[in-house]
Amino acid sequence: MDLSVLWFWIVAFLFIGYFVLDGFDFGVGMSLPFLGRDETDRRVLINTIGPVWDLNETWVIVAGASLFAAFPEWYATLFSGFYLALLLILLALIARGVSFEYRHQRPESRWKRSFDRMIIVGSAVPAFLWGVAFANIVQGVPLDAGHNYTGTLLDLLNPYALLGGATTLLLFFTHGVVFVSLKTEGELRERARRLAARSGFIAIVVAAAFLAWTGLAFGAPWFWGFAAAAAIALVAGWLANAGGAEGLAFSLLAITTAAAVLALFSALFPEVMPASNDPANSLTIENASSSTYTLTVMSWTALIFFPLVLAYQGWTYWVFRKRVTRASIEAAAH
Amino acid sequence: MNELLDPLLLARWQFGLTTVYHFLFVPLTIGLATTAAVFQTAWYRTGKAEYLGITKFFGSIFLINFAMGVVTGIVQEFQFGMNWSEYSRFVGDVFGAPLALEGLLAFFFEATFIGLWIFGWDKLPRGVHLATIWATAVGSIASAYFIIAANAFMQNPVGYEMNAEKGRAELVDIGALLTNPVAVAAFPHTIAASFMVAAGLVISAAAWHLARNQHLDTMRPALKFGLWVMVGAGILTTVFGDQLSLAMVATQPMKMAAAEATYETVCGADASFSLFTLGTPDGSSELFSIRVPYLLSFLSTHTFDGCVEGINDLQGQYEMLYGPGDYTPIIWITYWSFRWMIGLGMAHVLVAVIGLWLTRKGRMPKRPWVWKIAIWSFPLSLAAMIVGWIFTEMGRQPWIVFSLLPTESAVSPNVTGLDVLISLVAFTLVYGTLAVVEARLVVRAIRNGPPEVGEPDPETGRVEPATTVY
Ligand code: HDD
Ligand code: HEM
Ligand code: HEM
Repeated sequence: MDLSVLWFWIVAFLFIGYFVLDGFDFGVGMSLPFLGRDETDRRVLINTIGPVWDLNETWVIVAGASLFAAFPEWYATLFSGFYLALLLILLALIARGVSFEYRHQRPESRWKRSFDRMIIVGSAVPAFLWGVAFANIVQGVPLDAGHNYTGTLLDLLNPYALLGGATTLLLFFTHGVVFVSLKTEGELRERARRLAARSGFIAIVVAAAFLAWTGLAFGAPWFWGFAAAAAIALVAGWLANAGGAEGLAFSLLAITTAAAVLALFSALFPEVMPASNDPANSLTIENASSSTYTLTVMSWTALIFFPLVLAYQGWTYWVFRKRVTRASIEAAAH
Repeated sequence: MNELLDPLLLARWQFGLTTVYHFLFVPLTIGLATTAAVFQTAWYRTGKAEYLGITKFFGSIFLINFAMGVVTGIVQEFQFGMNWSEYSRFVGDVFGAPLALEGLLAFFFEATFIGLWIFGWDKLPRGVHLATIWATAVGSIASAYFIIAANAFMQNPVGYEMNAEKGRAELVDIGALLTNPVAVAAFPHTIAASFMVAAGLVISAAAWHLARNQHLDTMRPALKFGLWVMVGAGILTTVFGDQLSLAMVATQPMKMAAAEATYETVCGADASFSLFTLGTPDGSSELFSIRVPYLLSFLSTHTFDGCVEGINDLQGQYEMLYGPGDYTPIIWITYWSFRWMIGLGMAHVLVAVIGLWLTRKGRMPKRPWVWKIAIWSFPLSLAAMIVGWIFTEMGRQPWIVFSLLPTESAVSPNVTGLDVLISLVAFTLVYGTLAVVEARLVVRAIRNGPPEVGEPDPETGRVEPATTVY
């Protein structure tokens, strides 16, 4: 296989890692107003992702850097083109990231409240905008001959892309809430399960609409297979949650996200950034990628280090496998 | 076009602002992770309460700081594409590789082990937990290597070939890229300087408490540690700075000329280093200066009779090589930033040596002004670091990649001045607010002093840490 094609799928893999992992972080963050009835609840929620949110978020850094290294043209076009949308994502990630660390620094409830709000907004904005961004990539955007985006922010907010945003928002929300029920005990766990049943239902409807639209408009041979897998996993996950099998539900929703990302990438293939105005201006795997030498160096590094990364990250999840309880939070001093 | 909405100017301001800001946190992360690791090792070996207390004390400051380093780092990673898309297209094939390596090898490592360290006190065996903080420290130092290798390519492009058809630089030798002589000197120089900054924080915090005669059991060893690290790291910074000067003269002679504001080529005794000058801002005429003869020659060539090329000669050479244009950086910035970097750094070593003398054999100075001076260690060593980078980056102008790509050709062509203005204002407001919050939290953490770590276990004599939750 051509190395640039391999890297196209590695980039897909990195975004899968990011959306699966930080996706449920976003969900937990967004669930604060629904599940966090009192301060202890809210602390339980935050502590479910406390040890791992940073490593989850790092997936987007690696994905971005790999895009830069393997597809400089794609990176340049995408990041300069979606300028203001990315600015919003960055500001949201800043707000969310500092809040996890700063919220517990002072006892005043006003202080905690303001950081709670930053966590909620800081989780919802990227959860929505990443969907908008990826839908726009698949749909194609106006590009000039130098591969520069010629539209505006408002052009990105078209109905199809907004539907994509709603899909990721609901999917991540549900995934996060299922994660809460997997990581907590007692009444909170029960409430999370019920909330996931409701949000999961809406997610199924919206995601089905989005996948169907994508398939009909931009469908490609592989697309339907992955889309079907995503849809089945989502429904099965919803049922598993209703049946109280949280671990299974959580894994199935992870598969949903992974399959959905693969579906979008196969709809894109072999282009990476189709030009909606003139196909001649499209960025393809071929014309956007780095030289063979660079890709070879990166492939070897990836081959050696990814297994290592996955091993120590997996181990981290294992270390923090226990449920977070109200009692454990109340017992521990800051 | 409207002057105020010039995308190039705004993008440059934005890059300078956000990068300087990111770098306020980075040196502390590098230095304090190691500091915490050293004291945790001491606790691991002895089980003594004071070592655990110091670990937790500097650990908490480290974490407040770390969060800011992470969130501002993401901005760095994204803004090459956002504001400098032409640059990204031009160097992505070369520059992207070290950034991707940094993410894969260093950031993943660091971000994972920091979580294990924060929350793992009671979940991991003592030795494994100790390893997590060392892993965090190693990860942060490794990340500095890759990013400096990337930066060194911009100072001194190596390991690449031009692809005329694609109009870009392409990597042909990753080994050469990672062993760029500029990177090889700049990396230890930056790491040693980071240790100076962290030592500065340790000294400042310890001095604050010792001046009030409190927490003597923890703050005395902390002060000693800080002073010794400051002296050691200061010497290393100077040694590697000297190496870096040689590399710089070999690759970017204009930067050295601009650092000294020498317009004419000078040799031997005339190649003097001015400690202080009064004159016109661009240094073209001077009213008064204090000069050390031969020093500039020595810094640039390691001989006393070497020659240092002047700005006028270099400007002429560059016009021959690269066509008409202005190849001179802004002289007053390079001149003063170079002096302040060295001056503040030297002053710190001196202060630390005096501090070691004053506190020899367990003495504690009583005069308040001694402590007042010591408290300035942190802000001023951080300032030395920042002006050093401002020198490096502004001294490279008008090039973004030296000799290959001018800064003005690197900016995103499709991003409007208004877009950049919006993001510049947004970052300024958000970063400004967070700076205030962060500074207050750090001051508060310092004032609170080391946490209570509990009583020693009667059987083993060890103190054990409590659970951490958010
Ligand atoms: C505490 C901070 C600190 C101190 C005391 C010094 N430096 Fe420095 N210097 C830095 C912190 C720094 C830095 C971390 O800010 C820079 C920016 C880029 C780099 O690699 O390190 C730097 C850059 C830098 C450069 C520019 C390299 C380039 O542009 O290619 C030179 C020539 C020196 N330094 C030389 C020195 C010398 C001769 C010093 C002492 C005698 C010295 N520095 C002390
Ligand atoms: C090592 C990684 C770094 C890289 C890859 C890097 C890269 C860049 C780039 C792409 C620009 C914008 C283009 C230009 O104006 O030339 C720039 C400018 C600048 N950087 Fe860096 N930089 C790095 C480190 C730093 C650090 C640590 C600081 C300060 C603490 C810094 C301070 C600046 C400033 C002040 C400018 C603006 C210069 C100007 O536009 O006149 N840089 N750098
Ligand atoms: C302009 C170029 C730069 C880019 C693109 C960049 C990128 C980043 C990113 C994405 C992070 C967050 C990592 C995480 O999530 O753990 C980060 C943090 C960090 N960066 Fe930078 N950085 C730049 C400049 C520098 C420089 C010049 C250094 C060192 C000399 C440095 C050293 C670090 C370190 C040690 C951290 C981790 C510690 C912390 O977060 O405070 N960076 N950087």
